[in-house]
Amino acid sequence: MRLTRRDFIKAAGGLGAALLTSPFLSKVAEAIEREKKNFPVIWIQGQTDAGCSESILNTVQPTVVDMVTDIMSLRFHQTIMAASGHQCISVLHEALKSDEKFILVVEGSVPTKDEGVYCTIGEDENGRPITFLKWVKELGEKAMYVVAIGTCATWGGIPAAEPNPTGAKPVTEIIDPKKVINLPGCPARPHHLVGVLAHLKLFGLPELDSKRRPMVFFSRLIHDNCEMRPFFEKGDFAKSFGEKKCMYLLGCKGPITYNDCPNYQWNSGLNWPIRGGSPCIGCAAESFIGSTGNGIYMRLPEAKVPGIPGLKVKADKFGTIVGAATIGGIIAHAMGRVLAHKKKKEEKKVEEER
Amino acid sequence: MAKKVVIDPITRIEGHYSIEIEVENGKIKDAWARGDMFRGWEIILKERDPQDAINVTQRICGVCPVAHAMASARALDAAFHIVPPDNGRIIRNLIAAGNLLHSHILHFYNLVALDYVDITAILDYKGNDPTMNNIKEWVKNEVKSGRNTAAAPFLPRYKGDYIKDKDLNLTAINHYVKAFEMARTAQEMIAIWGGKMPHVTGIVPGGVAENVTAEKIASYLYRLRKIKDFIDTCYIPDVTAVAKAYPRWFKIGAGYKNLLAYGIFELNNEGTQTYHIPGAFIDGKLENLDQKNIKEEVFYAKYSSPTGLHPFEGETVPDPNKPNAYTWVKAPRYSSKPMEVGPLARMVITHVSGKRSEVSNLVRDTLKSLGLDVSALFSVLGRHACRALELKIIADEAEKWLLELKPDQPVNTKYEVPKESEGFGLTEAQRGALGHWIKIKDHKIERYQCVVPSTWNCGPRDDKGIRGVIEEALIGTPIADPENPIEAVRVVRSFDPCLACAIHVIDPKTNEIRKFKVA
Ligand code: SF4
Ligand code: SF4
Repeated sequence: MRLTRRDFIKAAGGLGAALLTSPFLSKVAEAIEREKKNFPVIWIQGQTDAGCSESILNTVQPTVVDMVTDIMSLRFHQTIMAASGHQCISVLHEALKSDEKFILVVEGSVPTKDEGVYCTIGEDENGRPITFLKWVKELGEKAMYVVAIGTCATWGGIPAAEPNPTGAKPVTEIIDPKKVINLPGCPARPHHLVGVLAHLKLFGLPELDSKRRPMVFFSRLIHDNCEMRPFFEKGDFAKSFGEKKCMYLLGCKGPITYNDCPNYQWNSGLNWPIRGGSPCIGCAAESFIGSTGNGIYMRLPEAKVPGIPGLKVKADKFGTIVGAATIGGIIAHAMGRVLAHKKKKEEKKVEEER
Repeated sequence: MAKKVVIDPITRIEGHYSIEIEVENGKIKDAWARGDMFRGWEIILKERDPQDAINVTQRICGVCPVAHAMASARALDAAFHIVPPDNGRIIRNLIAAGNLLHSHILHFYNLVALDYVDITAILDYKGNDPTMNNIKEWVKNEVKSGRNTAAAPFLPRYKGDYIKDKDLNLTAINHYVKAFEMARTAQEMIAIWGGKMPHVTGIVPGGVAENVTAEKIASYLYRLRKIKDFIDTCYIPDVTAVAKAYPRWFKIGAGYKNLLAYGIFELNNEGTQTYHIPGAFIDGKLENLDQKNIKEEVFYAKYSSPTGLHPFEGETVPDPNKPNAYTWVKAPRYSSKPMEVGPLARMVITHVSGKRSEVSNLVRDTLKSLGLDVSALFSVLGRHACRALELKIIADEAEKWLLELKPDQPVNTKYEVPKESEGFGLTEAQRGALGHWIKIKDHKIERYQCVVPSTWNCGPRDDKGIRGVIEEALIGTPIADPENPIEAVRVVRSFDPCLACAIHVIDPKTNEIRKFKVA
């Protein structure tokens, strides 16, 4: 049976991201091999900590070797490639000259202040360092698709956090956003990249939301499928790290973060932050670290998160956040529960005192 | 006449790093090392909730996030006047051990091996391992394609003296593949306690967030044992085989031979005792560590902030146009001396301290079996050997620590963020001594400074013009062919550089790029 683009989207959308488990992806990988030969991938790193690359290496099926031999032709990746210096830069120059189509993966934000001197890769024929900004523009222009991998490349991430000392920007502000697929997450998740590469190869551009995130991975909030949700509904909240209850009072950002961690946990499905006794820190959210008023452990109504009604709202660059109303509702519910809980406790206390 | 060679970028390391060398009579005569990226973490941390530092500083480096989490948590513990309970301390050690396992294996096989191993040997593979045959077929087809980038990312590469022994090459390629699986398994060991990896959420002030259960102990234990097998049957034999194939590399890349280590793997909750011994090894003598002796100099670094400051007073004001400066890495000095940090420093200091007999015995036996003395450790191969030996020791210790955990006992200590306070946290990242210094005012971060291992190793000349550690280690390295300076990158990679916190820069207004006026 041959999967069509429609089938794929229907299946993925209907069954949720849980479908995208490793064996499924490995089938997709097989299909890719049948379809066409590997497509060239050029992976460049700017203001990154290489955490996204490290994360991708945790892929189970397909394995790293499968990816390199069967899925893509990885022409450039500084952490893996054998070549150094001129030899390695020549790969980029060649990509700019040839008419071969390629996919550009950008990891890390792009510094733009002072003409981008805060990150350089290689040098030109005059011995002048070439800025990452220039590489992203030129390679981005030529690329068929651009995958912005991780929160830094998608939203700007920590380098772009207040006061943004280097004028760090996300990829969509450097090149035509219509080519870009955003895979936020700090770090990005292996199955997200594999899934996107597979989809591009087999069916073209996957269905994206208004912020250019693939719907299959980013259509639900952490809060929607969280295993602590029953505790949230009852208003039973953890007061300290390690209490296995709803983490709302410890600053959980699950109610504003789109990702599939509850369905498809981390590191071969062993654990994920909320199960591990800590709140979701919102690493895939646009507001991650962002402003100084948005503390990791600060409760949601107090944390300054752009785009959430009723809060100290900063204009949201992309327009309204999807499901903003729902988020307002979640917070209202939580507040109600916290107050109800307090009241009950107080009543109990008064009773005891009698 | 001296010939200038620029290697930009140096690949198979973490971050943006390049070197410029002067080659004369087939040897490196001078060297400049440049960090090519700046993000300004310390500036971003200002005014934030001190608790955020653990998560924010992890993003300095995706390979050693746990080390930053640990340094940060220890700095916060000190500033909050708390200590973790037994379980919290032990789990932090287990997370750090996982990160060490991940990083050392990945470094040797997936970052360094391609400098020695001949990947094209796969074409001679005759066995029936499906993965090896898959790679063989792939390389064959790629080579047939005739592209310049055929078999990328493994080719092109520098021409050089790669291993000739066919079996050794094939074994190494097989282990290169296995190493990815081992690294992933080590990441899983971290996630068991840390929630996820890279970037754990489970290290918190006063301890950790994840509770102890027998299931988690078992889950960690069997992964640990799998990796221990790999260390014994692959890693140590492979490092030994490379050592035997390249004996002259025990004489190249010595550097200053001054070593610094902060100690790691806390054995008591106050953190005053650690498995690896802290100390400063200067001119062949071991001294007690005193963090007050650390100063950061910035004459050749692109910062306009004052030079010679202790990290508590540290400032980070970027100035891309500063004359003479050629890098974004500061030049830290200990008692005014450049110091090498990393597995070599940890193993030699712990060995010389005489406090861990198993370390001393392993170092002595290994040297004896290779017919070498201690001075051989100060070299390219010495660094790789120390890394491998350290991993064996720590994997053994981790199993003991794991079995000290007690289910149902607390994993963290309650705390409040004080209005005003300060503290520092010293630990060891895989690549060496790591310290965080924090000052808190009005419950917020007033000042935060990180002095990271790569600042010690990859930094520039200091105010007096004394070269940085890697710059010095490069001096005298033979370069057979300046077009293919494979020897230089071998020296650099032996340090396992991790540049995510550093940078170099051009003057955007002129075309004069690198006019170093070196005093
Ligand atoms: S998104 Fe996170 S993991 Fe990825 S590069 Fe940025 S800081 Fe590193
Ligand atoms: S607030 Fe956080 S922990 Fe609670 S249910 Fe929502 S996502 Fe889960």
